[in-house]
Amino acid sequence: MRDRVVRWARGAVAALVLAGLVVAPWVVDDYTTALLARTLALALVGVSVALLTGVAGVPTLGQTAPYAAGAYACAVLGSRISDVGVVQLAVAAGAGAVLAALTVPLVVHARGVIVLMITLAIGELVVTVLGRWRSVTGGTDGLAGIPAVRPFWGLPAFGSDQARYLYALVVVATLVGAVLVLLRTRAGLLLRAARDDETRLRASGHRVPLYLSGAHIAAGAIAGAAGSLLVVAQQYISPADFGFDTSALLLLGVVIGGTASVGGALVGAALVIAVRDWLFGVLPGHAPLVLGVLFVATVYLLPAGVDRVRGRWRPSGPPHRPDAPAAPDQATVAELRR
Amino acid sequence: MTCLLSAEEVTVRYGSLAALDGVDLCVHDGQRHALIGPNGAGKTTLLNVIAGATKPQRGTVRFAGRNVSRLGPAARARRGINRIHQRPAVFPTLTATENVVVAALPRVTADPGWWPGRRRRAARHRAGALLEQLGLADLATVPAGHLAHGQRRQLEIAMALAGRPRLLLLDEPAAGLSAVEVGRLVEVLQALPRAVAVLLVEHRLDLVYALSDAVSVLRDGQTLAAGTPDEIRTSPLVRQAYADGVA
Ligand SMILES: Nc1ncnc2c1ncn2[C@@H]1O[C@H](COP(=O)(O)OP(=O)(O)OP(=O)(O)O)[C@@H](O)[C@H]1O
Ligand SMILES: [Mg+2]
Repeated sequence: MRDRVVRWARGAVAALVLAGLVVAPWVVDDYTTALLARTLALALVGVSVALLTGVAGVPTLGQTAPYAAGAYACAVLGSRISDVGVVQLAVAAGAGAVLAALTVPLVVHARGVIVLMITLAIGELVVTVLGRWRSVTGGTDGLAGIPAVRPFWGLPAFGSDQARYLYALVVVATLVGAVLVLLRTRAGLLLRAARDDETRLRASGHRVPLYLSGAHIAAGAIAGAAGSLLVVAQQYISPADFGFDTSALLLLGVVIGGTASVGGALVGAALVIAVRDWLFGVLPGHAPLVLGVLFVATVYLLPAGVDRVRGRWRPSGPPHRPDAPAAPDQATVAELRR
Repeated sequence: MTCLLSAEEVTVRYGSLAALDGVDLCVHDGQRHALIGPNGAGKTTLLNVIAGATKPQRGTVRFAGRNVSRLGPAARARRGINRIHQRPAVFPTLTATENVVVAALPRVTADPGWWPGRRRRAARHRAGALLEQLGLADLATVPAGHLAHGQRRQLEIAMALAGRPRLLLLDEPAAGLSAVEVGRLVEVLQALPRAVAVLLVEHRLDLVYALSDAVSVLRDGQTLAAGTPDEIRTSPLVRQAYADGVA
């Protein structure tokens, strides 16, 4: 009974938020609309972070890497070959997936804080490459003047911030819907099981590394698709869009949103990005400080969200005894609090 | 008669301690084989080696005529070695049903066809039957992390059976169970198809004698004795070992 009320309330809130998002561009000014479109792109990256961190139990600071790969693939494609939105989306998702696939061997066998460090390094490496590879990426200046996209062949190109925003909204809603459906299938069940107790899952005969690789690649594709939305929203990208601060903010947003929940990740990531953009105007130069405080406060006040990430999030403790499978322990939060 | 499972000369060392020191074990097809011995004898370590969770420094494990020494736990489970752990291992945020479904998936046979969800439906069907058999039907939708210790153990037994084992490794399945639960456990084990072999680690000798048709005794990482339950019951060596172990 209570469950049903909760589910109903959640559905109602989701519907309200969606309705608000649809009418938003007619309520706010163009500048804010453009900002909202960019926030949508980042929220979608947040969903990919939640998929890895919360659902599969692989915490990540590196989703900016496939995000950047998707964005640059889309920008290059948009400037030189095709201005069709769905083509750009598919290519960007493919680029994100390929980049994720290349990093699978680095990520899938690592555990705990090590994964965070490796993914962080991958993200930084990608930013460095973007800054150096001038002929393709425009170096640290980035790529500007990317032509406006048309959603489909034969349709006119987007001429307004409203249109670009609505395109981003449709894409995000579709992809999030797809992720939610996917999580209800066997794939979602097995990922949750892997997060709970990987050793137990192996003992039942499951090929856990294969599942984690699949999740990593799927999350890369989603982040890549988000990259193409960033290009649509800004028509300009530079390595600064994909820095460490972005990954950290996204992880923060996902933790605030409750890690394991896709809807929570969307809201959390959007909230954190909005706070950053708003602070940027109100307190120029102090945004990182405020967000740092927010991060610490989150870890203290929302142990439940953090705790759900246990499993792989666990820092190197005593070696995992095969016969002593993961007991729900509180060490995780305590470790984070240090 | 050849062995379904044979462990040969298995040695596992933790630092200077030899948890297993050249142990041999043979479990025949369909045999109910008990493994007993005082605390710290190496029983759990031997199960870990057989399941592929612990790599021995020396020794070979053969299963169904093949050397499986180099295979990991997942590959061995797919060949039919399933286990329950001494400390029940379940997926705490998954419901009881989901736990058994996950365990059943690798070896479930679905109806022919292409539509999605077939395997999961077949697995769910099997899970329902197993939960019923182990008296957990009422708890099907409860997250496993909320179950009591004994219920978790019953759940893990359901999970092990869901994997269609040819060899079932049970590490102290009766520990922490109520009398009613132990009764049900005995029923479930006696109702297993004759083709399923069981390697049972158990401290309660009444259960060992009731359920097994062969017994091996481990002590300090070595095989002390092996034989039929009657031989073991009357062996002075075994009595001595247990007396020492308890003292
Ligand atoms: N991972 C490990 N690291 C160090 N020593 C270990 C490890 N696992 C087991 N041991 C040691 O190996 C010996 C055998 O342990 P094992 O758990 O196999 O005994 P057991 O026969 O199952 O005992 P019990 O009846 O108490 O379950 C013990 O002395 C134990 O302390
Ligand atoms: Mg033991």
